[in-house]
Amino acid sequence: MDVVLLSRLQFAAATMFHFLFVPFTLGLSILVAYMETRYVKTGDETYLRMTKFWGKLFLINFALGVVTGITLEFQFGTNWSRYSAYVGDIFGSLLAIEATVAFSLESILLGVWIFGWRKLSKKAHAAVMWLVAFGSTLSAVWILIANAWMQHPVGFTIRDGRAELVDFAAVVFQEHAIFKFLHTVSAAYVLSAFFVMGVSAYHLLKKQNVDLFTRSFKIALGFGTIFSFIVVIVGDINGIIVAEKQPTKLAAMESLWDTTTRAPVYLFALPDEDNEKNKIEIGALPGMLSFLVHHDINAEVRGLKEFPKDERPPVLITSFAFKGMVGLGFYFILATVLGWWKRNRLVDSSTYLKLMILSIPLPYVACELGWIVAEVGRQPWIVYGLMKTSDAVSPVAASQVLTTLIAFIVVYGLLGVTGFYLIAKNALNGPEPAVN
Amino acid sequence: MVLQTIWFFLWGLLWALFFMTDGFDFGVGTLYPFLGKSDQDKRIMINSLGPLWDGNEVWLITAGGVTFAAFPTVYAVMFSSLYSALMLILFALILRGVSFEFRGKVDDPRWRKIWDICIFIGSFLPALLFGVAFANIFKGLPIDHNGIYHGTLFTLLNPYGLLGGVLFVMLFLVHGALWLAIKTQGDLHHRAASVANKLWPVLLGVVVIFLIASKFSTRLYDNYLAHPAFFMVILITVFALFGIKYFMVKETFFKAWFASALTIVGATFYGIIGLYPDMFPSTIDSQFSLTAHNASSSPLTLKIMLIVVIIFIPVVIGYQIWAYTLFKGKVTKEDLAYEEAY
Repeated sequence: MDVVLLSRLQFAAATMFHFLFVPFTLGLSILVAYMETRYVKTGDETYLRMTKFWGKLFLINFALGVVTGITLEFQFGTNWSRYSAYVGDIFGSLLAIEATVAFSLESILLGVWIFGWRKLSKKAHAAVMWLVAFGSTLSAVWILIANAWMQHPVGFTIRDGRAELVDFAAVVFQEHAIFKFLHTVSAAYVLSAFFVMGVSAYHLLKKQNVDLFTRSFKIALGFGTIFSFIVVIVGDINGIIVAEKQPTKLAAMESLWDTTTRAPVYLFALPDEDNEKNKIEIGALPGMLSFLVHHDINAEVRGLKEFPKDERPPVLITSFAFKGMVGLGFYFILATVLGWWKRNRLVDSSTYLKLMILSIPLPYVACELGWIVAEVGRQPWIVYGLMKTSDAVSPVAASQVLTTLIAFIVVYGLLGVTGFYLIAKNALNGPEPAVN
Repeated sequence: MVLQTIWFFLWGLLWALFFMTDGFDFGVGTLYPFLGKSDQDKRIMINSLGPLWDGNEVWLITAGGVTFAAFPTVYAVMFSSLYSALMLILFALILRGVSFEFRGKVDDPRWRKIWDICIFIGSFLPALLFGVAFANIFKGLPIDHNGIYHGTLFTLLNPYGLLGGVLFVMLFLVHGALWLAIKTQGDLHHRAASVANKLWPVLLGVVVIFLIASKFSTRLYDNYLAHPAFFMVILITVFALFGIKYFMVKETFFKAWFASALTIVGATFYGIIGLYPDMFPSTIDSQFSLTAHNASSSPLTLKIMLIVVIIFIPVVIGYQIWAYTLFKGKVTKEDLAYEEAY
C-alpha cells in the first residue's frame, strides 16, 4: 500500500476514534452544568447526586477525548507535512488559537471542577463547569473553522509557493464555518441527550432511582428534542451551501451522474462508478433535489459526469454515509417527539424505554457518518479545489506509517474497549445512594 | 525581521513552560514504581498531580500549535523527520493520561498493575525522548534542500542525543522528587526528599558533561561568543541549580522546587539562544537549515497570532496559578477517601 492511502487510513482511524468522545464532552458538559446549577438554586440533593453520577461518566469520556486529541494536533506535521507547509499560515494559526484560547480553559478548569468540591463555594463550583462547557464549545468553534477552510478556502493568496492569509475575518466568519459549527454542535447535543435518555431508560425500566432518572430523562428530552430539529434544519442549509461551493460532493451524496433539471432524490440508489450510472434506483422523488438545494423543483443540479474523473469523490461511500445520516436524523426527531407524548408515564412505557436504550449508539453512528460525508466527499482534495490529498502527504516511508497505523488500531482498540467498558459499568451501577 | 525574532523566543518560552510544568509530572511518574511502596503511597503520588497534570499538558498543545502557526515549515519538517520519536511520545502520553483516570475505577490489583506500568512508561519515555529530540535539534539533523530527512529513529540515538535524554530525565526526576517532598508527609516525604538529595549531584554531573559536550557536538556557543552578555543565562541557570541544593539542605522544598523550575527554563533557553536563528539545522549543508527567517508564516499571521498570545497566554498563566494555589498543601490519607480522588 502507498503512503497516501496508509496516511489517510491512519488519519481516519485517529479522527473517527477521537470523535467518539468529543460530542459527548460537548453536550454532557452543558447538561452537567445545568444539573449542578439546579442543585445550587434549589438545594435539592437529588440534583447533586445527578451531577456526580453524570459527571463521573463525563470524566472517563473526557480523558479519552483529550489524549486522542493531542495526537491529532501533531499528525498534520508527522503525516501531512506538505499540506502543513503549504497552508500552515492559515490552518496552523486556527489550531494554535484553539489551543491557547479554548483548550487551556477547558483542561485547567476541569481539574479544578473534579477536585474542587470542598475548595470552592457551591456557586463558584457550578460556574467552573459552565466555563468548562464554554471552553469545549469554543474549542469546537476553532477546529470547525479550520475544517471549513479545507472545504472552502477563503481569505488567502498564493505567494512564494504557499497559501498566505490576507483576510482573517473572511476565514473566521465564512458561512461554511458558521453552519458547520451549528450542525456539528447540534449533533453532539443530540448524542449526549440520547445517551442520558438511554441510560436513564435502563434504570427506569428496572425501577431504580426513579425520581433521579425521570428528571435526568426529561432534562435530556428537552435538550435532545430542540437539537434534533436544529441539526436537521441546519443540515438542510448545509446542503444548499455544499451545492454551491462543493458541487462534486453534493452530486456524490445524491449519486447524481447527469446534470439535470428537476433533479430527483432517490430513497435508495446503488452507484456503479465504473459505468458512471446507478445500478439500482428505488423511490425517485422527482424535483426533490432541485427543490432542496435551489428551492425550485425545476432548477438544474450538476451531476458527476460534468467533472473530470480524477476530481470526483468515492460515490458509494459518500452517498451511503449521507443517506444513513439523514435517515438517522429523522429517526431522532421521531424518537424525541414520541418521548414528549410519553414523558409523564415513562416508567410504564417499557417498550419506549427499551427503544431508547437501543438508540444509544445511533447518534454515534450518525456523527461518524456525517464526518465521512464531509471528508470522503471532499476527496480527491485535501483543500477543496486548491490542493490534492495525494500532494499533501509527508515524505516518510510507507513502512513507518504502516507500523504506526497498526499501533493506532491496537492501542485505540484496547482503549476503546476499556473506556466504553468503564463508562457502561459506571452507567449501569447507577448513582451513589442518597445520604439521608 | 523583528516579528520573526520575537516569535522565535516565544516559541522557546512555550517549550520551556511545558518542560517546567509537565516536567514534574514526568518526574513523579518515573519515580512512581520506586517511591510508591504501598497502594496508598501510589495514590498519594498520582493525586498530588491530579488537578494539575492535564493543565500542564496544555503547554505541549500550545507549543505544538504555535510551531504550526508561526513556523509552518519547521512544524512540517521537524515532525515528519522525527516521525517515530514523536509517535512514541504521543502514544506514551495517551497511556499516561488514561492511566490516571482508569487506575482506580476497578478494584483489582492486576488491573491497577497494568496502569501502574503505563504511568511509568508514559512518564519516562516522553522525558527521555524530548531530551533526545531537542539535543538532536541543537546538533542538527541530515535534512536536504527539500526538507527531507535522511535518517531513522536510530540516527537520533547518537551519544550527544542520548546525553540530552539523560539530562532531561535527571532534570525532571529532581523536579518531580521535590514536588513530592512538597506535597506529601511522613515516610513518603522523607523518601522523596532523600531521592532529590541523592539525585542532585548526578544532575550536576550530567549538566557539566552536557555543557562541555555541546562545545564539541554543536555550534550553540557561537552566539554566546559573539554576544558574551548571553553567558548570563548560563550563569543564572547554574546559580539556580545550586539554589536547589541550598534550599534542599534548608528543607524549604517549595523554594527548592522553584529553583528547579528556573533551572529547567534556563536550560531550555540555554539551547534556544545558542540555536538562534536556526530552528532545525541541517548537517548536510547549513544552507538547508530551517531558520526563524526562512521558515516563518507571513507577517499578517505573525501579527494576528502575536495579539492572540499577548492577550491569552497571561490569562492562561493567571488561571493556572489560581488552580495551583487552590490545590496547595499536602495530599493526605483523608483526601484519598473522597470519591473524586484517583
